[in-house]
Amino acid sequence: MKTFKLGGVHPPENKLSQSAAIEVLPLPETVTIPLSQHLGVPANPVVKKGDSVKAGQLIAKGEAFISANIHSSVSGTVQKIDDVVDTSGYRKKAIVIKVEGDVWEEGIDLSKDLIKNITLSPQEIVSRVNEKGIVGMGGATFPSHVKLMVPQGKTAEYLIINGVECEPYLTSDHRLMLEKAEEMLVGIQIQMRALNVEKAIIGIENNKPDAIEHLRKLLPQYTGISVEPLKVKYPQGGEKQLIKALVNREVPSGKLPIEVGCVVHNVGTSFAVYEAVQKNKPLVERVVTVTGKGLKEPSNFLVRIGTPITQLIEAAGGMPENTGKVVNGGPMMGKSLSDLNTPVTKGTSGILLFPQAETSRKPVHNCIRCGRCASICPMGLEPYLLAVLASHNKFEDCESEKIMDCIECGSCLYICPSGRPLLDQIRVGKNETGKMIRSRHK
Amino acid sequence: MNEITLISVISLGSLGTIAAVVLYMVAQKFKVIEDPRIDIVAEKLPGANCGGCGLAGCRALAEEIVKKESLDGMNCPPGGNEVMAEIASLLGLEATEQDPTIAVVRCSGSRENAPPKVKYEGDMTCAFAHSLFAGEGGCPNGCLGYGDCVVSCDFDAMYMDEKTGLPVVKDNCVSCGACVKACPRSIIEIRKRGKKDRRIFVSCINVEKGGVARKNCQVACIGCGKCVKECKFDAIVMENNLAYIDYNKCTLCRKCPPVCPTNAIHELNFPPRKPRPETKTEPAEA
Repeated sequence: MKTFKLGGVHPPENKLSQSAAIEVLPLPETVTIPLSQHLGVPANPVVKKGDSVKAGQLIAKGEAFISANIHSSVSGTVQKIDDVVDTSGYRKKAIVIKVEGDVWEEGIDLSKDLIKNITLSPQEIVSRVNEKGIVGMGGATFPSHVKLMVPQGKTAEYLIINGVECEPYLTSDHRLMLEKAEEMLVGIQIQMRALNVEKAIIGIENNKPDAIEHLRKLLPQYTGISVEPLKVKYPQGGEKQLIKALVNREVPSGKLPIEVGCVVHNVGTSFAVYEAVQKNKPLVERVVTVTGKGLKEPSNFLVRIGTPITQLIEAAGGMPENTGKVVNGGPMMGKSLSDLNTPVTKGTSGILLFPQAETSRKPVHNCIRCGRCASICPMGLEPYLLAVLASHNKFEDCESEKIMDCIECGSCLYICPSGRPLLDQIRVGKNETGKMIRSRHK
Repeated sequence: MNEITLISVISLGSLGTIAAVVLYMVAQKFKVIEDPRIDIVAEKLPGANCGGCGLAGCRALAEEIVKKESLDGMNCPPGGNEVMAEIASLLGLEATEQDPTIAVVRCSGSRENAPPKVKYEGDMTCAFAHSLFAGEGGCPNGCLGYGDCVVSCDFDAMYMDEKTGLPVVKDNCVSCGACVKACPRSIIEIRKRGKKDRRIFVSCINVEKGGVARKNCQVACIGCGKCVKECKFDAIVMENNLAYIDYNKCTLCRKCPPVCPTNAIHELNFPPRKPRPETKTEPAEA
């Protein structure tokens, strides 16, 4: 069975919510929609306080090249446009909307009928995806329309669809592949048309045999798409790792996947593209896994963007008493929440509740030079070295040791027997090194 | 036997002579003429290489002084006026007397004033914590308390107060500015030491609106502007909901600290105040 060669770890899978069907979460009373839910420049609001908006209406416009439009996920009145605490505790601009009824913008097809016939041209598809604010649903939230435009002089050969979901606990992509498979496959065909590629490969780890089987049954109706089961290994969902696993090509350091003729999209993105192109529906809701060992009902919810996270936890049976940490995202790359009233955004793939006993980090000891971090690093870096260089402010050395190639997967931090905060230090180093490199171009 | 000795002495001797001549000529050709005054000036400097003058180290400062032949805008914070005067007399220049300065920590968000709401377990450095979240107390501008400034101090002039979780600047601070650079939130400022080491400053740099700032920290500046009205010397400016006292204009009259509703204005090394009639604690007699 295929997988990537270099490094990787295998944390306990704990896919507690994999058999829980996607439930539609009831509408909240108010939604808080941050203006920066994507990588790149924050969007500019186009509504004012007191305006009444419909669900699906454009409320903030992404004007820069790397930016994304933001639409209202509910119908109601704009209460305020103000700085609101985000998941990190810092205050960021957001639009707060009081929910009144559920009226949708005209022209949005809310029916469940499958529309297979693709009528738009590649340019129209890209502009529709841009207009509807679609971003990468895997968690990195890179604006999707940018990835659907092949730069001049390059050709795309493969569209790679990421259904790996290598993060433990998370099951939102898994459920989506089971329940919205046909929509997703049409979405993939739309993306193939936009990119002008003949072949699409869906990579799925073999701990999801039901999804692989289900998709394989449907495949004969969709030409050019194949499904490839992959050996379970973290971080297989990383773009570069997935390309290596599926087509055995290596993306050069500092380059994008298009360099080796590949474009990678998440299954959630394909579904969002389907809805945008065939149903004219902007990205206003997403599937979020709410899970944890102490939780009564680990679930998968279809949630409107902007719903407070507390409401999701309530719907999954309430917060267990012994909860020590709530994580936004998966256990490997997710980030702890410092405030539970923060909203679900376009990049929220899961909410994870850890019991107190499992939250604490190991005590930090000295590095024993065992080299495990270097042996499991999926990018072939030397995390122990990068961490030391970064903590001594040696950023030129960091650069020559390829710190910018780090994908921040957290495998080194996971494997270190001395409990050293390797990734933390590397992140600081990466940040500073990036600043140093950018300052050279000015 | 004798012949061999002779040959070797002659050949080695001539080789040595040729090498000496070549070396002498090369040395003459590529001679670096350095002003001898640089060495003299460098010797007078403290040699701490702290970078407080804004240059790479003590020798760099010495070179700069000799090259420019003036002491304008140059200052050695650890050496102070004494060293600068000495250098001035050596070189026949004039040194402008500069007010001694010291690092000041402009945050009072101690564990008591800004109680922690979350627990942080990551790398115990401010640099990482700052990039990750707002801080355990919730203030996005306040001190994180992991001591990057203390680590950066080469003069043992700072320590972390265990009780408050805030750094404290000791009196032997030479104001080299290493901590200012180390702090990811620019909380530390180099300010004038003031007469008899007396200083008045706003111990807060939170730019949020008053209510929001106060929610996280009891002693935050809420931008009410009372101190600005109280100040007769225009020394206090209010910008982004935050008061700032200009140490060049401040006359240390002590009028502003009592009017601050959140006690955000600190006064250091002053004699204790006489109880005022309007203080709520005790009605003063006569």
